[in-house]
Amino acid sequence: MRRRVRANFVMWGESIRMALDNIRGNKVRSFLTLLGIMIGVMAVITLITTVSGVSGTISSSFSSLGVGTLTVSVTGSDLKTGMTPEDLAVISALDSVDGVVPTVSLNGRVSYGSNVQTSFRVTGRNAYYFKANEDLIVQGRPLTFVDDDNHSYVCVISQNVVDEFFLGINPVGETLYVAGLPFTIVGRYEEDSGGGVASIFSGSPDVIIPYTTGLKVNNSNEVTSYTVYLKEGADSATAKAEIEEAMDTLFDFEEDCYTVASMETIEERMETMTTMMSSLLAGIASIALLVGGIGIMNMMLTTVTERTAEIGLKKALGAIPWQIQSQFLLESFMLSLFGGLCGAAMGLILSYALCQVLGTNFVFNGGAVLLGVGFSAAVGIIFGWAPARKASRLNPIDALRAV
Amino acid sequence: MGGDIFFRMRGIDKDYHLAGESVHVLKKINLDLQEGDYLSVLGPSGSGKSTLMNIIGCLDIPTAGEYILRGRAVEDLDENELAGLRNREIGFIFQNSQLLPRLTARKNVELPLIYAGVRPRERRERAEAMLERVGLSDRMEHLPSQLSGGQQQRVAIARAMVCNPSILLADEPTGALDQKTGAQIMELFQELNDEHRTVVMITHDLKIASRARRIVHIIDGEITEGGLHDA
Repeated sequence: MRRRVRANFVMWGESIRMALDNIRGNKVRSFLTLLGIMIGVMAVITLITTVSGVSGTISSSFSSLGVGTLTVSVTGSDLKTGMTPEDLAVISALDSVDGVVPTVSLNGRVSYGSNVQTSFRVTGRNAYYFKANEDLIVQGRPLTFVDDDNHSYVCVISQNVVDEFFLGINPVGETLYVAGLPFTIVGRYEEDSGGGVASIFSGSPDVIIPYTTGLKVNNSNEVTSYTVYLKEGADSATAKAEIEEAMDTLFDFEEDCYTVASMETIEERMETMTTMMSSLLAGIASIALLVGGIGIMNMMLTTVTERTAEIGLKKALGAIPWQIQSQFLLESFMLSLFGGLCGAAMGLILSYALCQVLGTNFVFNGGAVLLGVGFSAAVGIIFGWAPARKASRLNPIDALRAV
Repeated sequence: MGGDIFFRMRGIDKDYHLAGESVHVLKKINLDLQEGDYLSVLGPSGSGKSTLMNIIGCLDIPTAGEYILRGRAVEDLDENELAGLRNREIGFIFQNSQLLPRLTARKNVELPLIYAGVRPRERRERAEAMLERVGLSDRMEHLPSQLSGGQQQRVAIARAMVCNPSILLADEPTGALDQKTGAQIMELFQELNDEHRTVVMITHDLKIASRARRIVHIIDGEITEGGLHDA
């Protein structure tokens, strides 16, 4: 028994060298056989890495918007189409709510002097927004409660607007025309990042004005979208229930007047989607690996037939069946491992390139590489088993006669 | 010489089934071999001498009869034990040396030692010593294709001897060689037997067979001369 254990141990090193020799001796055939495995592993790694890169970018943009907010979209009923400032005050007063930021979208051109731009997005918000996002304003002052109450014609502008209209000019104090009305610029913000879920879909605004002014310009007195900032430590599910209760009261318990979306629910939904995507893609890739495995089995069967004489000789020299079997197993294992490693390298290069093209972050996914390479090695053992067993069971006399 | 019984065959039968037909290849073979002996098995092709060699070499199991090799009944052994027996006790030499083409002479000689579980360093030393013994110390790292037929057969002999087997079992070892080289190989066998190694030579050539200490003739699966006619 000990002899056999040691013999196996001694033999493995030798078998690895023989396997490498045989792969090297059949370069073209090995390469063609391994194509299936390579493509399979490459697909697994590319897909997983790219999907996780994309979803990583999306979720990091989510979390930069801050968990701890809920966004309410109001579709309204026949009697009541949106939220008045008084309604918003009701929501603000809820136990788990710290404050409410209404979002009023304005249509219309933005101009400064003779320069007219149609692509700038103008949004009405309130003073609370700037209180909740203190670092937003980098120059001048934010909008204040006084601005809200007085329906002031003031605005804060983004870097985009500065780049377009005010290169080399201090914008604060200048007058900007929005929809033909003059607004005094009081401040500049770096980047809008606190708009909640809504700003993912609508994009961040270029010009922010008091929402009350916005309503007046729109000739309306109702807000159809707002973001709720929760108190620190408030539970989002509890808050959601509270808001829904208040909204139901406000809308006389009519159905389908509004939806409340939390960051968590959206993130969860995204995660389920990427998981589903990943497993679907992994399923497709495993079909490629299966086909690759059959290719390996085919090659190993050919190899066993070709090397019948060698097998017979080795048996005559005292190789036990298991030694023959493990040699062929090791060979197909190494073959597919090699294919897996090549595929992994190709997959990493491809996914790096894809991430560059898609503009997402390339994150080295060790799990995907391990999965791909491990799977291909397993394929080698599984599909190499039958040919190796066939080799080990050859009758040495018949095998020797095959010369 | 010695006097210990190396193997004992009593009533060995071997049948083959080919395409539904039973072929009686060996019939009631009785044969003994002493340690250190030099035996030739002489017979025409198809006489069953190769089958006899396979049975002596534990590559094949007789259909009937008793074969005792160094005190062990071969028919009782399983495949792993037979492999171990071949590895330790028997050194095969085939007609066309049967070297692995991708391995160097030294690596070919090391092969049986791998199956014996010998560690690389000792393996190398023993293979080199054995190649030196057969006069190939300057050809150790050559591939078989870079060696002449005679040299290849010497490598095969070195490989057969490297596990220090109790018997060298040669099947037409000079069959593929020219006369001069063949004579040199036969000389080598003679030397090895002089060093008390048991040799069994399978051949159809009387001249080759007559170098042995003892000859048995085999015709149609029966030993006609030189064997034991009665147990």
